[in-house]
Amino acid sequence: MDKPFAITLQVGSSLANKTGSWRTLRPVYLDRLPPCNHACPAGENIQGWLYHAESADYEKAWRTLTLDNPLPAVMGRVCYHPCEDSCNRGQLDEAVGINSVERFLGDEALKRGWKFARPAAESGKRVLVVGAGPSGLSAAYHLRRLGHRVKIVEAGPLAGGMMRFGIPKYRLPRDILDAEIKRILDLGVELELNRKVSDILETMRVGSFDAGFLAVGAHIAKRAYIPAGSAARMLDAVSVLRGMEGDEKPLLGRRVVVYGGGNTALDVARTAKRLGAAESIIVYRRTREKMPAHDFEVEEALQEGVLIKWLSTIKNMADEGTLTVEKMELDDKGFPQPTGQFETLESDSLVLALGQDVDLSLLDKVPGLVIENGVVKVGPNMMTDYPGIFAGGDMVPSERTVTVGVGHGKKAARCIDAWLRGVAYAPAPKHELAGFDKLNTWYYADAPKTVRPVLGLARRTSTFEEVVKGLDETNALFEARRCLSCGNCFECDNCYGVCPDNAVVKLGPGDRFEFNYDFCKGCGLCVAECPCGAIKMVPETI
Amino acid sequence: MEMQQIKFYQTATFTVGNRLLGEHERSVQANMRRTNSLNSGHRACQGCGEALGARYAIDAAMRASNSQLAAVNATGCLEVFSTPYPETSWQIPWIHSLFGNAAAVASGVAAAMRVKGREDVRVIAQGGDGGTTDIGFGCLSGMFERNDDVLYICYDNEAYMNTGVQRSSATPPAARTATTAAVGPAPGNVFGTGKNVPLIAMAHNIPYVATASVANLRDLEFKVTRAMGVRGARYIHIHVPCPLGWGSAPEDTIKVARLAVESGLFPLFEAEHGEIVNSTKIRRKVPVDGYLELQKRFAHLFSKPRDSARIALIQAMADHNIKRFGLLP
Repeated sequence: MDKPFAITLQVGSSLANKTGSWRTLRPVYLDRLPPCNHACPAGENIQGWLYHAESADYEKAWRTLTLDNPLPAVMGRVCYHPCEDSCNRGQLDEAVGINSVERFLGDEALKRGWKFARPAAESGKRVLVVGAGPSGLSAAYHLRRLGHRVKIVEAGPLAGGMMRFGIPKYRLPRDILDAEIKRILDLGVELELNRKVSDILETMRVGSFDAGFLAVGAHIAKRAYIPAGSAARMLDAVSVLRGMEGDEKPLLGRRVVVYGGGNTALDVARTAKRLGAAESIIVYRRTREKMPAHDFEVEEALQEGVLIKWLSTIKNMADEGTLTVEKMELDDKGFPQPTGQFETLESDSLVLALGQDVDLSLLDKVPGLVIENGVVKVGPNMMTDYPGIFAGGDMVPSERTVTVGVGHGKKAARCIDAWLRGVAYAPAPKHELAGFDKLNTWYYADAPKTVRPVLGLARRTSTFEEVVKGLDETNALFEARRCLSCGNCFECDNCYGVCPDNAVVKLGPGDRFEFNYDFCKGCGLCVAECPCGAIKMVPETI
Repeated sequence: MEMQQIKFYQTATFTVGNRLLGEHERSVQANMRRTNSLNSGHRACQGCGEALGARYAIDAAMRASNSQLAAVNATGCLEVFSTPYPETSWQIPWIHSLFGNAAAVASGVAAAMRVKGREDVRVIAQGGDGGTTDIGFGCLSGMFERNDDVLYICYDNEAYMNTGVQRSSATPPAARTATTAAVGPAPGNVFGTGKNVPLIAMAHNIPYVATASVANLRDLEFKVTRAMGVRGARYIHIHVPCPLGWGSAPEDTIKVARLAVESGLFPLFEAEHGEIVNSTKIRRKVPVDGYLELQKRFAHLFSKPRDSARIALIQAMADHNIKRFGLLP
């Protein structure tokens, strides 16, 4: 009994009192799916690579990025970035400039000469990829990283597909494209150019390939019947843009009319301006709101002096280049209807940009394939109805963009890998979406988007220099740090700080936190004050 | 590093921690080795603002004093929920005497330390608003006028919560408590009463007076650290929501405190020797309604018909604070 004065019980710690028993709800950490990742057609882990970019670890950011997409410098230029459209920060101030950071990382990788890791082991399997466009290159890259031998056969004289023969230089400089393609080939991917596969089964048999991935793209220009005089100069957008890659540029004249309302129409009209056309006019049958082209491209084209005639169709073209144009009006369903009012338009050439079809002749001898609307039907695993032949990109039903193509390539590669091993590819289950309502935005500082410098107008309309420039390191870092990290813990310590019961254990950098359920009373403060929605309350089971 | 440089970081300074900041720029609460002065197992209600505020403040004081710290506690929730005999949640030297004499006991502890030549040991007195603004007020005023070397921290939850939510002189107008029922023509606490102890402390011309909120940890830690860097009588008044007494949801404790600050009802400021030297600016100004609506003690203002006249009077208090303390940037 040698206790201090007036003490009858040994002094103890309150740790004996397990207040966790009060709890009816328990907090649990979770990763939610950030809306950017959810929206990315290439399935990039955007939040994941921005996290590394925030701490200026650009190489790790690039390595995380390229786990999904081998073409960040290309993507940072030509992607229409649906990620930014869905970015939660857009509801706070402005969306994070994901695309510009991606470009910065891509350019940084080229500057520093970062290479892809070689496959850990060889599988011994051989896969044929037909077409060296975004889809084919992406598939080849992913298949190679999974250890398969890959050969790409390309009909054109250079790799790149529509990235080279469809997208103008002022949007995608060719040295960037070449460098990113070379890095994929450096992994040990074989590329054969100038060879058109006419019979896929025969080619696969001769080369003893175990599987094939077809991504031949859509290169045949759609035509519209427009009565024209024998001397009238009528071209299609695909050959104009492809012609830009040759030594002899297409001759379009001083007055160029482009017919169509997609991004390709804009590419041609802007190219014509750069080739010296005094007038470059787009004729489109519906209104700006209905135009499939992306708004920023329309805006850039208008700035460069491209004219757009809305609600108009071309009826015929006379020898001397006079076009007859009919005014249209939208009916109550939003479809254009003729009005019977005509006007004339002088032009030296008319370029049709009405969409593209796929050359499916290589599939003629493959039995059992389903072709619908000019494209090949594939299953959810990207496989056609012929076992072992997979297809992706513009030749399957899809929105035809580079990013979608890259996504197809990745998905197909994983499915081909699984198929070669005799199993079905099972993607990891998707996390629940981290919507804006899951965030506590109080904790984010206001920081408006960093705008990329744009090339001066005079230089834009006379040269093929790149229009949109990149960010430098300071503003790329700033931009990366605007990321809200939706749904994924970024170790801000809020839960650790706001718990009145010290029931959150900090595990150290990179290891996040865990709850001490012995003392957690289930008040929910950590959930309410988590900025990024990475904790939720679930009922206790008793 | 300047404040400006971290302003635009993903997390800025608003979160508890920030992995992008250097070690010495991070908050005490972000530290894996913080004292946890008030340890787990205490019996405060779920989402207790006072338990949170006390740990924030004392952990910061522990760092500022090199862990040479003793605390004197007035009677109240904080004392009751942390030390049901024979258990204690305190991880620092801690003493409790009576409801009204915390300031006097602390003055004595400080004097004893001085006599023993242990001036490295710093002394904190702490209590709720009852033990500070009402019952301990005489001792507190004495400690101030003698300029005893004590930091007094008041955790203001605006009523006597421990005994069942009775009105104190810190209870705001219109609030329902056990002794100010929400009945009759003027329901809740009456307007035009109560006292503002931070301003009274300033009238003693003591070296340092500040107000803080559990909703702004960085600001709170800054003020505690600042106070610990000064000798003489110092006073910090911390706004700590009480889910039980205010009728707010436990998970809303910080949100409620934040709305009090952002509406202007609880101004954050610092004063030295009786003069205001700094005020923390409102970041996103909000009307008082959002603050009041989260709390059942003000529910009668929003029952039909809505008591617009009284809400306007409370808004006028907030507007007056904003003007008086210069709370807008």
